[in-house]
Amino acid sequence: MPQPNACIAGVFEHPTRRADDKSLAQLHAEVAAGALRDAGLSHADVDGYFCAGDAPGLGPLSMVDYLGLRVRHVDTTDTGGSAYLVHVAHAAEAIAAGKCNVALITLAGRPLAEGLGSGLGLRLDNMPDVPFEAPYGTAVLNLYAMVARRHMHEFGTTATQLAWIKVAASHHAQHNPQAVLRKVLTVEDVLASPLVADPLRKHDCCVINDGGGALVVTRPEIARSLGRPVVSLRGSGVALKNQMGGKVDLTYSAARFSGPIAFDEAGITPADIRYASIYDSFTITVLVTLEDLGFCEKGRGGAFVADGNLISGVGRLAFNTDGGGLCSNHPGNRGGITKVIEAVRQLRGEAHPAVQVPDLHLALAHGTGGSLGTRHGSATLILERS
Amino acid sequence: MDTPREITPPQSSPETAPYWMAAREGRLLVKRCEACGERHAYPRALCPFCFSEDTVWEEASGRGTVYSFSIMRRAKPPYAVAYVTLEEGPTIISNIVDAEFDALRIGQPVTLTFRDATDGQPVPMFRPAGEGLRA
Repeated sequence: MPQPNACIAGVFEHPTRRADDKSLAQLHAEVAAGALRDAGLSHADVDGYFCAGDAPGLGPLSMVDYLGLRVRHVDTTDTGGSAYLVHVAHAAEAIAAGKCNVALITLAGRPLAEGLGSGLGLRLDNMPDVPFEAPYGTAVLNLYAMVARRHMHEFGTTATQLAWIKVAASHHAQHNPQAVLRKVLTVEDVLASPLVADPLRKHDCCVINDGGGALVVTRPEIARSLGRPVVSLRGSGVALKNQMGGKVDLTYSAARFSGPIAFDEAGITPADIRYASIYDSFTITVLVTLEDLGFCEKGRGGAFVADGNLISGVGRLAFNTDGGGLCSNHPGNRGGITKVIEAVRQLRGEAHPAVQVPDLHLALAHGTGGSLGTRHGSATLILERS
Repeated sequence: MDTPREITPPQSSPETAPYWMAAREGRLLVKRCEACGERHAYPRALCPFCFSEDTVWEEASGRGTVYSFSIMRRAKPPYAVAYVTLEEGPTIISNIVDAEFDALRIGQPVTLTFRDATDGQPVPMFRPAGEGLRA
């Protein structure tokens, strides 16, 4: 394996899930401070800043001013909820190219406080696809539901198999005091929840909440000097998928492309991974992603996730041990950053003892931003404790 | 169930005006590329497959099949969003109207119909072809 270009030296997940009493910029600042404190670095050390569409104002112009940073590199790549994993990959590239030494990545959102629900707050005018979708009442929910329906049709995937994904997340969330949903659910509980956009039920969906998170990415020499466990980026892959000009195929995601790029770069295979943070906007998001990343054959995701196979200490692959977006936290309707944070906790041995995977050296984090049903961005990171 | 749902008016542009004008005449158009022969949707000036500017409008038959669908149960009234694969090839997002929701199936034949948006612009939709119609 090549020498890693960069390490994740600091992570912070905002404890709030409802931020009526804070401004959006303030949430960004609080998570930034938290991640820098975690890394043992200071505000003055930051020379690269990364944010996406959740940041207020004109991206880095507003935020670098507000945060009082002095930077020589900025990046505002926005691929929805997967943007922050793309930022980690881009930060590593920028560090390798000598463009910055300490990259700060922030995410925050307050959809509850602002009454936005699951909306992304996008400006819809001039978007080329919107006139051909908005009149039909498309929403994140029913677009993912069409992915689930097609998967069931092609592969015989069942509602019970999807329910197992929520059940596994709930087993982990019971140990997380900050989780929105801490109740351990059974398959029967999930199947008894109301259909919201069939075949998806209420419990197939992630939580909606305010919050945020931040990451500090730095060069290996700096990371090693901080006296913390060192988590390196071993591989990364980014890919997009959409309606392909009308050749729609809802049976797979862009993870089919981002996954192999990341695994190849790291020189490992899915068989080497015992912990994975998988973006979980909906249960179907996890199932399709696991197939596309190669944890099982296409179409066999339902069998793979069933019977507790994703529960830490029980199954083959521990996933989302913080409770994930399905039960704990999906800040600003963009959950990607929490995927990296829990993977880093696992690699440091700082996850909750009840869900910590023992002797863990490799972890995967995957983000899916936008909608699997129309257009989305996938980002896969392979992280290693060195 | 008919859909008294309020339909958001589509924003027309110089690029897509012919599509929405045709809808006013009860016709559904798709774009075909004269260079590579591929039809695409949603319509663009440049072919998304070969990037030729030589794209032309073509009238679709209005026949298609359901590729996938979901009933938005929590909406009042509930409605069916679907991907419909047109006889001409492209698969497009639409609504299935005049249908018994519980009888909808993937692969089901559907046929073109229209519903007016709140500004009066007709929007192409589909209803079950033959059986599946609600009385």
